[in-house]
Amino acid sequence: MAVVETRGLTKVFKEGQLGAVNNVDLVTREGEFLVFLGPSGSGKTTLLRMIAGLEQPTAGEILIGGNVVNHLSPRERRIAMVFQSYALYPHLSVYNNIAFPLKAQKIKKELHREKVEWASSLLGIGGLLDRKPRELSGGERQRVALARAIVREPTVFLLDEPLSNLDAKLRASAREDLEQFHKRIGTTTIYVTHDQVEAMAMGDRIVVLHQGFVRQIGTPKEVYDDPADTFVATFLGSPPMNLLESDDVVVGFRPEHFLPADRLREGSRIPLRFRVTYLEFLGAERILYGSLAGSRFEEKEVLSRLPAAVSEAFQVASVYDFGVASESLRFFDRQSEKRTQPKAIAWQ
Amino acid sequence: MKPAEHNVERCGGASATPPSPRERPRVARRPGGRWLGAAMFLPAILYVVAIIGVPFLMAFLYAVGDVRVGSVGYHFVGLENFRSVLHSPAFRRSLFNSVIFTVGSQVLVIVGAFTLALALRDKFRGRGVVRFLVMLPWVAPVSLGAIGWKWILDSLYSVINWLLVAMHLFRQFDAPQWLGEPKLAMMSVILVHTWHVLPFSTVILLAGLTAIPRDIPEAAAVDGAGFWRTLVHITIPMMRPILNVALLFGIIFTFTDMTVVYILTRGGPYDSTQVVPSLAFFTGILGGDLAEGAAISLFLVPILVIVAYLMLRVAHRAEVT
Amino acid sequence: MLGHWSVIVAFSVVLAFPFYWMLITTFKQTSDLYDITNNPFIFNARPTLEHLRLLFGETLYLRWVGNTALAGALVVFITLLLALPAAYALARLTGNWGQRLGIAIFLTYLVPPTLLFIPLSRVISLLGLQDTIWSVVVVYPSFTIPFSTWLLMGFFKSIPKELEDAAMVDGLTRFGAFVKLVIPISVSGILTVVIFAFTLVTQEFVYALTFIAPEAHQMVGVGVPTFLVRGDVYYWGSLMAACLITSLPIALVYNLFLDRFIAGFTVGAVK
Ligand SMILES: Nc1ncnc2c1ncn2[C@@H]1O[C@H](COP(=O)(O)OP(=O)(O)O)[C@@H](O)[C@H]1O
Ligand SMILES: [Mg+2]
Repeated sequence: MAVVETRGLTKVFKEGQLGAVNNVDLVTREGEFLVFLGPSGSGKTTLLRMIAGLEQPTAGEILIGGNVVNHLSPRERRIAMVFQSYALYPHLSVYNNIAFPLKAQKIKKELHREKVEWASSLLGIGGLLDRKPRELSGGERQRVALARAIVREPTVFLLDEPLSNLDAKLRASAREDLEQFHKRIGTTTIYVTHDQVEAMAMGDRIVVLHQGFVRQIGTPKEVYDDPADTFVATFLGSPPMNLLESDDVVVGFRPEHFLPADRLREGSRIPLRFRVTYLEFLGAERILYGSLAGSRFEEKEVLSRLPAAVSEAFQVASVYDFGVASESLRFFDRQSEKRTQPKAIAWQ
Repeated sequence: MKPAEHNVERCGGASATPPSPRERPRVARRPGGRWLGAAMFLPAILYVVAIIGVPFLMAFLYAVGDVRVGSVGYHFVGLENFRSVLHSPAFRRSLFNSVIFTVGSQVLVIVGAFTLALALRDKFRGRGVVRFLVMLPWVAPVSLGAIGWKWILDSLYSVINWLLVAMHLFRQFDAPQWLGEPKLAMMSVILVHTWHVLPFSTVILLAGLTAIPRDIPEAAAVDGAGFWRTLVHITIPMMRPILNVALLFGIIFTFTDMTVVYILTRGGPYDSTQVVPSLAFFTGILGGDLAEGAAISLFLVPILVIVAYLMLRVAHRAEVT
Repeated sequence: MLGHWSVIVAFSVVLAFPFYWMLITTFKQTSDLYDITNNPFIFNARPTLEHLRLLFGETLYLRWVGNTALAGALVVFITLLLALPAAYALARLTGNWGQRLGIAIFLTYLVPPTLLFIPLSRVISLLGLQDTIWSVVVVYPSFTIPFSTWLLMGFFKSIPKELEDAAMVDGLTRFGAFVKLVIPISVSGILTVVIFAFTLVTQEFVYALTFIAPEAHQMVGVGVPTFLVRGDVYYWGSLMAACLITSLPIALVYNLFLDRFIAGFTVGAVK
């Protein structure tokens, strides 16, 4: 097991353009499940491929287990990677797919069967060893890819959106399997996804990326409750955080904190009038879309997310008394978009 | 709370079903459809059958008859022509030469084309120019390219020989006679033909290579495979169908071709580069013995049939998988 | 990395060398060419245009080019006339049989000239076409039609059926939809076939050699290697000039469309 570290890692594909990955510093922890989260095109794959050795960095260093590995080929880095498409070898049986890394790394032949069986039973695909990849379902392919990755007991696991090719139902169960699996083998894992639910559910920590820059590194709770900037604040959470501009600050609050006034404690409550423009009923909750009314934020669009426990009826085009607790407010600098100290602002 | 002024639920409008889009009337297959198909299809078929099928049958008729240029009658002679062809040393020689010529150049073509295709797979600066240069032997008319080689391999003024002499590997008047000595001449026609066909096989293999998803070789690299292991265990097996296609086309283009031989050596010296098609030409067209010429040509048929059969198998397998 | 570049350089040099050599030879004085003590890579005497003058002024080269262009245009015309409807029929109308017939017609492309040239030469002389370009104009479509049909079939199949259905709902007949809708949409496919058929005409050697004897009626691919040689005397300078001048434009155009031809050759086998 090993720790992966990057120092000032940068990748510029076309000279003169903004890099796909810019000046990334991060250190994994021993045995950690680290998630790279960001919208598509934010440089997650590029960052992962540099760590794997498939892409040469333009600048910066990569360390695995404390050693700089920039000049090592992928095979010398002793890492395993699961590709988004799984990249199974189509002409080889499942058995030979899983055995391929063993052969490639010249592990003694006698051990092959034993190791392949260990890996395949760990993933519950012992019965599929004679099949060809095209005879497998999406979920089975993903397991084969995982088995191929663990069979040589790598120091680090890299996974690039391994669930994105599965349908929604399978994805949920595969996610759970992956978590269990990580708990059992405990290998340091870097996991790429653009799906915040996946990231929140699986990550020990999350690295939020945007345009090749690291915006925040923290536990799911930290990035959600204490976003480092307005990008993280709006990228995480669905629906996203409400942001209101006031002089040189931006003040934000999550839709689930924007509630009917009578649901909030009197003392810390900031009252706001809310004109509902339409509503969505989602079963366990309701989303109210609308805008503020009658304050200096007149016409500013905001959302409210109400749990099913809030049972009042709301009607479109009506105005209601809402509010937000002052401890739920988050403040950002309007210029830099970075998080700042709480500040008193004029609401009316 | 205030009562709503306009109580219009968001989904109110949408819930009223819009007028269902008029089903586009299914275009009925009119009874005339089938005839129209035949009418559009037949002219091409008839033309090709007339120009290929009729002469093909004539070739059989000639081969079992005694037709010569200028002769009037036709006598059925059975397999006489085939027997005499099979017994003729010239034919046996040419058949042997054809095999050498085909096998030799195809081995070189496949190895060379695969190497070149690998080198051209990844983008690099100037790839377009390189591709144009390496395609020249295929896209330029082959008779003209071959004439170029005839000059390069000239008995007196060969630039290759000048180089060999300049490097003191040969003395001035000892230099190899590329087209004048039987073994060298065979080697030369093989190499020139290889030169001509190699680009074609290269682009076919390149199409196959670029069809392999990029992450497959990458996965192999991460799995610990080096260049050669990836090549032998991943790339080549995945390329099998396309390698077959390249090889089958290559065999046909080589076994049935006479252009390079005709231009470079006319089959000489002493028939040492005479191949089956060129022998048919010299016998049937220049020699005027249509019957024997046709019989010689027909020996190409088994090869064509086998290759066509294999080609269909490849196509079929590709469809199934 | 080094291996990569050495492969590229080696192949480029070997494959393109004859054309470089044609270029050098074209502009060298005859005395320079025929002096074995001269370094052949450099101009030992002043460059000359004499070979070009000879080629254009005293041979029928331009006539051959004209013959070839005319034959090429006619072959293209016949090919399109027959292959377009056939390909459409195969792609759309004959349904399941389309694919099989398509493969069958493709296989006829593999029938080589050297199998048929003997009986065909008789047919040609019976038709009275011997020694005219009409001989090749009649015969060449036998191999341009099959491959063009195959290529066009692929293009037509990529056009959604709904488009024609819509046109027919709007009042066109099926044939009308083919002429007014499918053909205009397939312009790039048709252009590919035009280039393909034309270059095949310029490259063919065996039939042209067999059917046409007189100097004035030659196709360029046969005329150059046959009539720029008098007995044993090769006019190397003019020969190389002719080869180069003929090859380059053909190569340039062909190269532009190469990927489409290859796609035609490899359907099914890639993937
Ligand atoms: N090989 C490449 N050449 C040029 N640009 C690339 C290449 N790979 C990725 N990029 C660019 O780099 C940026 C980041 O891409 P990527 O790392 O794939 O993002 P993500 O995986 O987060 O979706 C994108 O703008 C993408 O277009
Ligand atoms: Mg990605």
